[in-house]
Amino acid sequence: MERVPILKIGDILLVSIQVDMSDQTAVALQEDLAERIVATGSHGVIIDITALDIVDSFVGRMLSTIASISRVLDAETVVVGMRPAVAITLVELGLSLNGIRTALNVERGMELIGANRADDDHDEFDDGPDAESTASP
Amino acid sequence: MTSGVDLGRPHTQTVGSDEDVVRVRQLVRTVAVAAKLSLVDQTKVVTAASELARNTLVYAGGGTVEVSIVDNGRRQGIRILFADSGPGIADLELALTDGYTTGGGLGLGLSGARRLVDEFDIRTAPGQGTRITITKWSR
Repeated sequence: MERVPILKIGDILLVSIQVDMSDQTAVALQEDLAERIVATGSHGVIIDITALDIVDSFVGRMLSTIASISRVLDAETVVVGMRPAVAITLVELGLSLNGIRTALNVERGMELIGANRADDDHDEFDDGPDAESTASP
Repeated sequence: MTSGVDLGRPHTQTVGSDEDVVRVRQLVRTVAVAAKLSLVDQTKVVTAASELARNTLVYAGGGTVEVSIVDNGRRQGIRILFADSGPGIADLELALTDGYTTGGGLGLGLSGARRLVDEFDIRTAPGQGTRITITKWSR
């Protein structure tokens, strides 16, 4: 089974999916990413799907699950590089990609994560230390 | 064509594993390009084929996929048959409802695949397996 490499760039993990993933590869990526988020303390995950010529319901669900797992681990996920034909097909398939942030490319994705972290830091300061406990599992 | 697929006759791919679903996607892409489908239509039919090939694997434990180019005199298209000897589908109307699943997925495979193609024919009965034929025509 192929594995998708995960790169660390500063505070962000970058996953560039370059293969036509089998379902097993997609599930392995979910698990690898969760481990890397915790191991590196990263606050952002960018998943680049520029090379994917389709996103079916399985991969769509994987992207949603990764976004949810990341959120629980205090990291934000942005999916970047979706091809127009893939976007059209996803909508017609009925997949809404709930909870997933998207950006046109890696650069914009990084800006998005940076901007949100800045907002979060500000919020924490405003709400005081008690705000942390409400978000704990 | 680079894949060596003979387009003059139907091409068959068995589905017995995850990797076979990937092979079905690649085969369908090759034939959809040869049938001169637009990029969006290629993407739609490959996505539909991915959903249906996975269903064959998940619900029936495997089956076969047959891909061919068809011609109705005016347009070319791609036709794909998914056949299995699995348990079949008891309530077809329910199975074609968005969000309904017995396999732990999103319940979009069958209903979504139907939306992505021009023709969708399904023959199934409990204990009789399932045969689904989809067709996508070039515009």
